[in-house]
Amino acid sequence: MNAEVKMMRTAAETQYSDALAALPGAEPVRALREKALRLFAEKGLPHRRVEEWKYTDLRVLLREMAPLAGKPDAAALTEAKKIDLLGNIGAREITFVNGAFVAELSNLKGLEKGLTISTLGDALKGDATLPQFLAGLNPGKYDAVYALNTAALNEGVVIDVAPGAQITKPIHIRHIVTGTSLVSVFGRVVVKVGKKAQATIIQSHAGPDAVAYQTNTVLQLSVADDAELDIVRVQAEGDKAIHLSMMVGAIGTDSRFKSFALSTGAAVSRHTVPFAYAGRNARALISGATLLRGKQHADMTLEVDHALPGGESRELFKTVLDDESRGVFQGLIVVRPDAQKTDGRMMSAALLLGDEAEMDNKPELEIFADDVQCAHGATTGALDDDLLFYLRARGIPKKEAESLLIQSFFGEAIEHIENEKIRDAMMKRAGHWLAARG
Amino acid sequence: MALLEVKDLHARVEEKEILRGLNLTINPGEVHAIMGPNGSGKSTLSYVLAGKDDYEVTGGSATLDGEDLLELEPDERAAKGLFLAFQYPIEIPGVASMTFLRTAVNSVRKKRGEEELSTPDFLRLVRERAKELNIKDDMLKRPVNVGFSGGEKKRNEILQMALLEPKMCVLDETDSGLDIDALKIVADGVNRLRAKNRGFLVITHYQRLLDHIVPDVVHVMARGKIVRTGGPELAHELEAKGYAGYENAA
Repeated sequence: MNAEVKMMRTAAETQYSDALAALPGAEPVRALREKALRLFAEKGLPHRRVEEWKYTDLRVLLREMAPLAGKPDAAALTEAKKIDLLGNIGAREITFVNGAFVAELSNLKGLEKGLTISTLGDALKGDATLPQFLAGLNPGKYDAVYALNTAALNEGVVIDVAPGAQITKPIHIRHIVTGTSLVSVFGRVVVKVGKKAQATIIQSHAGPDAVAYQTNTVLQLSVADDAELDIVRVQAEGDKAIHLSMMVGAIGTDSRFKSFALSTGAAVSRHTVPFAYAGRNARALISGATLLRGKQHADMTLEVDHALPGGESRELFKTVLDDESRGVFQGLIVVRPDAQKTDGRMMSAALLLGDEAEMDNKPELEIFADDVQCAHGATTGALDDDLLFYLRARGIPKKEAESLLIQSFFGEAIEHIENEKIRDAMMKRAGHWLAARG
Repeated sequence: MALLEVKDLHARVEEKEILRGLNLTINPGEVHAIMGPNGSGKSTLSYVLAGKDDYEVTGGSATLDGEDLLELEPDERAAKGLFLAFQYPIEIPGVASMTFLRTAVNSVRKKRGEEELSTPDFLRLVRERAKELNIKDDMLKRPVNVGFSGGEKKRNEILQMALLEPKMCVLDETDSGLDIDALKIVADGVNRLRAKNRGFLVITHYQRLLDHIVPDVVHVMARGKIVRTGGPELAHELEAKGYAGYENAA
């Protein structure tokens, strides 16, 4: 018998419970929120003895909850207007400032046929099934980030692509934090892509340096049969921020899903991707590049669940670690008994630039079917001296030679982005990171 | 003034002394060949000249145009005009050939106080030089040396040499792994670059390359130093008699 030690509630846990319980709210969200709060009160923040959080101990990293952000004022909007992470990529923008939807920084005019974009509040009025969808995660499964996000449900956006609609213009959801005070910001984004429909969504996060604000964002998606969805995520939070995020999704039969995440920001970040194959012969590519320096801590955790036959999954993650930064990659591929002919390949490669940098790679396979092809790999290494010498022998100075090699390292993940403008914007952002290497 | 002047050069790798008092003088316009048995230190000489880490110079000097080479970083040496054609050109996945070539050419031009080449000028130059070496566009579209055959890699080395316009070219076993046709293309490429202000040091184990790149001076290297110097006929003598007499010469 296990002796369960009841842990003392931390200051942050108490603050979350109090602050979120005090939020106003009407049904049907109220019931959802209360349930999530109860769950949180019971289970609390994860710590290193919780396997999935072994390397990112939130009890330690999140000592205090910052106060909930208020409505953005004029100064906040002025500041937000200056944020331009990606340049002109021809996207339709939806902007949240300090967690609140800002219509004047969003473009909801002339929506393509079949595309509906609503605030969470409006969507709830029209869609009786939404609360259940928002309840999300597999019942019985607890994730503190998800529970807190649900307990804070208020602002958000629902993007609905009707069956057959081909939305070629990317939709860019921007989460911007402004100001100099410590705030907590929550956000929920729902993306539903109907049968044979297609869409491209970008989600970006930005905020001021030197402010220890806290963000918690959940992107929930469902991709119907024969549909296609591309997700690109840019996490460029300020350098003191704590960023907690999830991308939770399920994809249907013969669907195609691609996601790429570029992470350069935040002092502490954790991105969790619970991802399910809900149909047959679905294909997904989940990739990312994480570029870290200083004492940054970034955790990327995937749980890819193959429940039905014929699924193909590719995971490719590149982490570059300078100085004393720390990277975590946890990748779990589950192949359930019915998921025959699953083809899964997962790779996590880390490039250590700093002598004090650390990478924790934990790829895992749990296979319960007998006719599958699954492989995983994890590498950690420094820049290759022979490659560097070759470049330098051709007149390329050391820093530039290193930059070429680092760029080629993370470029392999970025190359999977199909939209050329978005791909170039990602290379450019990653290039800024490189250029800032002293 | 001599173009390359190496005096009493001593160098070691880890604890092992490989170069043991090497002397070599190459004047502008001259082509010198260094031949010698395996393990005599030929490749070490090329790496020491180019400035590879792990090769520690313990004595002597090496100057290019009177300037101390050994004090310079590898990229500074390249900018001063030293070029090493590698025996085993390395594959660099993810770095596009054109990006690499352009970065190299413009880095060197910048350090030499020349203007960087515009994209159209650069492309024109690369196409011209590539054509002479029978390098197809398709090769240039790939990452550096990735998926290249042995011959393609060596031709790519000569292409880089042609683009960087060095003063002093060191060719380390450029003939290894080449069939006769590839050898001819490479030799023609080198011969086209021969000029009165440019020197060549051709390191080779076999004489056959020297039928195509005819040297002015041939040296025999053994146990870390030059043990004999002569004209092109020396290469033929070595081909006929082998290195047997030199293995223990030093």
